[in-house]
Formats: sequence, structure tokens, C-alpha cells
Amino acid sequence: MKEIVLVKYGEMVLKGLNKRSFEDMLTKNIKRRIKSLGQFKITSAQSTTYITPFDDNMDLTEVVDRVGKIFGIAALCRACVCEKDFDDITEKSVEYLSDILSSAKTFKVNAKRSDKAFPMKSPEICMELGGILLEKFPNLTVDVKNPEVTVTVEIRDTNAYVHAENIKGAGGLPVGSSGKAMLLLSGGIDSPVAGYMMAKRGVHIAAIHYVSPPYTSDRAQLKVEQLCEKLTDYCGGIAFWCVPFTEIQEAIKDNCPEEYFTIIMRRLMMEIAQRIAEKDNCLALITGESVGQVASQTMAAISCTDAVCRIPVFRPLVGMDKTEIIEIARKIDTFETSVLPYEDCCTVFTPRHPKVRPALADIEKAQSKFDFEPLIQKAVENTEMKTFSYSK
Amino acid sequence: MSVYLDNAATTKPCPEAVAAVLDAVTENFGNPSSLHRAGLNAQLAVDRARKIIADSTGADSGEIYFTSGATESNNLALRGAMGAYGKRKHKIIISSVEHASVEETASALEKQGFEVVRVSPRDDGQFYAEDFLESCDGNTCIISMMLVNNETGHILPVGETFKSVKRRFPEVITHCDCVQGYMKIPVRAGSLCADMISLSGHKVHAVKGIGVLYIKKGVRVIPEVTGGRQEKGIRSGTESVPLISAFGSAVEKYAPTISERFEKVSGLKKYLLERLAEIDGITVNSPENASPYVVNVSAGGKRSEIMLHFLEQKEIYVSSGSACSKGQKSGVLEQFGIKGRNADSAIRISMTSETTENELDAFADALREGIEKIRG
Repeated sequence: MKEIVLVKYGEMVLKGLNKRSFEDMLTKNIKRRIKSLGQFKITSAQSTTYITPFDDNMDLTEVVDRVGKIFGIAALCRACVCEKDFDDITEKSVEYLSDILSSAKTFKVNAKRSDKAFPMKSPEICMELGGILLEKFPNLTVDVKNPEVTVTVEIRDTNAYVHAENIKGAGGLPVGSSGKAMLLLSGGIDSPVAGYMMAKRGVHIAAIHYVSPPYTSDRAQLKVEQLCEKLTDYCGGIAFWCVPFTEIQEAIKDNCPEEYFTIIMRRLMMEIAQRIAEKDNCLALITGESVGQVASQTMAAISCTDAVCRIPVFRPLVGMDKTEIIEIARKIDTFETSVLPYEDCCTVFTPRHPKVRPALADIEKAQSKFDFEPLIQKAVENTEMKTFSYSK
Repeated sequence: MSVYLDNAATTKPCPEAVAAVLDAVTENFGNPSSLHRAGLNAQLAVDRARKIIADSTGADSGEIYFTSGATESNNLALRGAMGAYGKRKHKIIISSVEHASVEETASALEKQGFEVVRVSPRDDGQFYAEDFLESCDGNTCIISMMLVNNETGHILPVGETFKSVKRRFPEVITHCDCVQGYMKIPVRAGSLCADMISLSGHKVHAVKGIGVLYIKKGVRVIPEVTGGRQEKGIRSGTESVPLISAFGSAVEKYAPTISERFEKVSGLKKYLLERLAEIDGITVNSPENASPYVVNVSAGGKRSEIMLHFLEQKEIYVSSGSACSKGQKSGVLEQFGIKGRNADSAIRISMTSETTENELDAFADALREGIEKIRG
């Protein structure tokens, strides 16, 4: 019996003339994601992508698991391929669904006949197949309102498909369909979640991280690289830019008032990020800021940071509570890594009493006391890039 | 050239240990429990190592049990003794500066309902036998003390304490974690008056994954790991012949030279302290009578983790406390009266007899530079 995976599109079905480009992007993402599992034929028709393994005996569990994390997909299911012949459909349904039907109490049959040439109409298919399944599985009764199992028969162009389990997809838009943006990745809980949220909207993610040895350690960087790798499950390949930041942080410490350390540091990080973003063709920056979470994330502080930005800064977590962010971090499996206790660049020289409502004029004045430009240029020049692709 | 001054965390395996591993994984790979000759040869290698380690501690071969490391040895000692004797006697006495493998095990037993008494050093930073004795009573099952503190090098008065305890309460089980003392200062079961002793392979130029628990004849412990009854049923599991052989070979090499090496390292410590005295802002936390192998200093109020990474950039490797508790604040330093900024900036230099004055010079110079350069 041949089993395949049917992939149902999310909101991209609503797209108009450029729907095709979304479809192509999704197909490409699916191909890349499951390539290492074996050979597949991947085709699209009628707002559905068919993943057909060359090997008829392949276990599709891992395929479903991986594809379930790809954005742009509303739902997916494993389905049995049948001839467009009612007897074959019946025979295969009984065999393919025997496990799930013999342990259920109620069911219904649902039929979708997109090929109108098929001689039976949908209600007929439901009635006939329902009757046969009732006979074969005496444990079952029909419940059309709230069944435990819904057996779906789809009569499509070349084949018919039978399945009983719909798995919720990751939703969103195919990664890459919205362009590319640069994620400021610190190693904390929030920034990986921010990256995940933007990837969900079809944004291809690049990441930038700042290291300040000896104030930060190799382990801190390794931890961020691990986070990057975890994000690839959802975001696809990620270019990881690592900026040497020690000299800049020391210069801030030596030349600026303590209460402004963090804000000035963030302004300089943004400056560097947008220069690298330009190099990497990114159209925007992404941060994990959430209003009011810490002193540097008050509205006043964010507007001081934003004042240096020439491209949009997306903050997908801006209105979320920490608990909500943590929930997503756990779901995407970045939480455990994020909470490893290594010092990151954001906590080096943290002022004891940071300014909560800084005025832009004061910040600019404080920052202008020292010419950071040569150090910025040097940092950008010495930034190193690594790429991460799927962790498995 | 890198300068490795973190020998209390682990040591470089000596060539003899490496050769022993190689032989046991390429030639002598039998299972010591097998009845054929290949098994016998493996058993002979294990017996040989057991004899060497027994001799080095004044024990009998039959009193040496191999484990996966000192953490397991310490667990087996405490849990095993409480399992055997804990029904009648509920009290565990430990020092307040024990390694996590003793402290956490005692805490776990405490949660099971046993009473744990932690004896602290006095204001002078030293432990006194009578303080331990005072905590002892007829309800005491076991007393566990480390011989040399891993963070500061303090030598605890183990022999004196255990002797006085045994005199008053002969039934109390005495256990000594000798990991940082073994092969550095004399460790004799008899003179320590210890019923159990924990040892570790990788701290004495053998390899990681091997430890010993010495259990005096007649002392009962309930095994933690059950199975094929290897190690007389005290520690089941096929013996790791490569690691055991390596441990034996390293001890064979280093046991005869304990006092010579002690003299040499004492000289190195003296030299190091002279060099450090030239630098402003250094406080030496290790007492004069500590093990010379471990020197703990506070460096100019600079956070130890940053200093560690600064030195690491110059390929100089030290520790910011016990390597087992990465990033965690050391409660042990506080016990010894090292507090606040001094505790935050404490770094541990741990030497071997192969450490050179040149290496210590490189370290002292880098430390001075770090104190000047590091902000904060």
C-alpha cells in the first residue's frame, strides 16, 4: 500500500496572481527540509502539495515531523493512495485505517470529489463507504456531529486518497517569500522567539551576534550558535554574523556616563547591524524587545535606539509578556539553551541605575563626546560569517 | 605555548597511562569475568592496578573498589553506609566545604529524613578536630571530610578528627574524600583512621572516568549499582580495564616521588607568591599551611570569570573556583571567610611538579596586565 503526505496550504491560498511564487517557495523549502530522509517526488496541484516517497515502504513519521515545522502550511496528513475505483477505495480504507478504526467508538466519512468525472457523488461515497466500515468494524457507530475519527476520501486528478488524521501545520507564509531581515541574537530567551515569529511571516532570517572577549566567553558564542541551529528547523538556513565588540564596549565604559551605557551600546549595535544588513541584502532588523521589560526597552529608550535606524526594526514580541514568550521558546525548543548561564554582551558593564526615560538629546550629547566611527568601521570589517543549515 | 595551571580540575594523562589505555583497547581487550585466557589476562591487569593503588594507600588489595570516578565513590560511601547502618543511626556529619559530590549527596539524604550536620571553619579559617567531635553522638552514622579543599588548598585535620571520633565513638564510619591530596601528600588509610577513602584517576595524571573507593575490611556498604556482582558485588558492571590500568600505571609512576614533588611544588608556590606580591591589589586566599598544589588569590577586584577569559586569550588556563560548578558562586570561599569582591574575583591556580617558573612568570605578567586592562 502506498502512503504519501498531503500538504494543505495556509493563507497563501488567498494570494492572487503571485500565488505561484509562494507555492514554488514552499515546494523548495519542503524539498530542502526532507532531502536527507530519502528521495521524494514533490508536486503541487489544487492548493495541495503531494510528497511521494520513491520507496513505498518508507516510514513517513519523520517526514511529517519535519514538514510540520515548515511555515506556509495549514495542515498535513498521511494518506493512502487508491485507484479511482470505489472497490479499491473500500478495500484500502479497511486495511489502511484498521488500527485507528478498531480502537475508536464513533466515526464519520467525509468525501471531496474534485474530479467530477468520478461516477459517484460525494454523499453517495460517504453512505456506501460508511456502511461498509460499519460492517467491518462492529465497535463503531456513526456520529456526524462530533466523531472521534473522520475518514476523508479525496477524489482528485490522477488518484483517490484516503486519510483519517489531519495534523495542524505551522501556519504563516513560506520562509523567503517576504524577503530577508537581520535578527539581533543575544543568546537570551527573547531573540530566538522573535526570529521564529518573523520567519512565520515568510521572512528569511540572518542573525547577528556581538562578542566581547574576555567579558564574554567562547561558550556564550557557542550557545548562540546552538540557538541558530535550533532555529533552522523553522527558519531554514541562517547566515550568522559575529561582531567583535570588546573595544566598543570598553570605549563606552571609558567615555560615557554610566547611566547611558546600555542605550548607547544598543544604538551602536543597531548601527553595526544595519551596515551588515546592507551587506547581506536584509531589508529590516528584528529584535526581541518587549515594551517595558527592562530599562532599555521602555518606550523612551526604544525611541532613542530607533533614532539611529535607517531601515525598519521589527519587534514581534513588543506586546507580549515574558510568560507568553517562554511558552513559545519551549515550543521551539530554544528555552533550555537560552537559560544556560553564560555572560552575554548585553550584561557586560550593566549600569547599576540605568536611565529609564532617557532623552534623545542627552544620549546624543553623551555619545558625541567620543568618535565611535573608526571603531564601528573596524568592528564591521572584522565581523565573521558562518552559515547554519538544518540541524538534522 | 599554552600554560595549563588548572591541575585541580584535571591533569594531563602521563605517557604511562596513555600506553596502558592503548594496550587494553588494542591487545588486552578481554572481559575480566570471562573464564578463558583472554579474560584472565584482563583480570590480571585489573589485579595489578588494584595492588598498586592498595600499596599506595597502605590498604589491602581486597579493600580497593573501582568506580566511575570520585563522584560515584563519594555517593557510594555516603549512601552505601546510610543504607547499611542508617536504620539505627540517623546522623551524618560533614565539613561545610565539601565538594558537591559529598555536599549534594548529604543534602539528598537529608531530604530522605536523615540529619546532616555541617561543621564550619572557625574565624581563623581553620577547622578544629574538637568541633567535629562536639557534633558527634551515639546517633552518628558517618562522618565525611575532605583531606584537601579543591578551591583553596586548605588541609583539613582529618587524621586527628577521625582518631578522636573513633576513640569516643568507635562505631562511627569515617570517610575521607582524598581526591586533591592523593599523590600530592601522604594518604594512608591507617594514619587517616579512615574506614573509606575516595580517589580519582584523572587528578593524578591518569584518565577521566575512573575512581576508587577504599572500604576497610569489615565495613558494610549497600551497593548503588547492582548487576553482575563485579567488585565483589559492591559495584557491578564490567570493569573498565583500560581506565583501571591507566590509573594503576599513573600511581605506579608518581607514588615513589610524593615528598620530592611536594618540595618542588612548595618552591613553585613560594616563587609564585613572590611574583604576585609585586602586583598591586592581589590578596592571597590560601593559607600558608595549605597544599602548595592549589593557590587561590583574589585579583584586583576584577570579576574572576572575565579574568579567566582574559588569561585564556593568552592561552593561560586557570579556574574561577571549582570547575564542576561553572558560573556558580562558590559558597566554599565564603566559609573560609573570603567574601564580597574578594570572592567575586577569586581565581585558582593549581600546579603540578612539571609546572615551571617560566610558566608562573607568564601567568603573573598576564595577571598584572589583566588587572590594568579589564574595565569594571
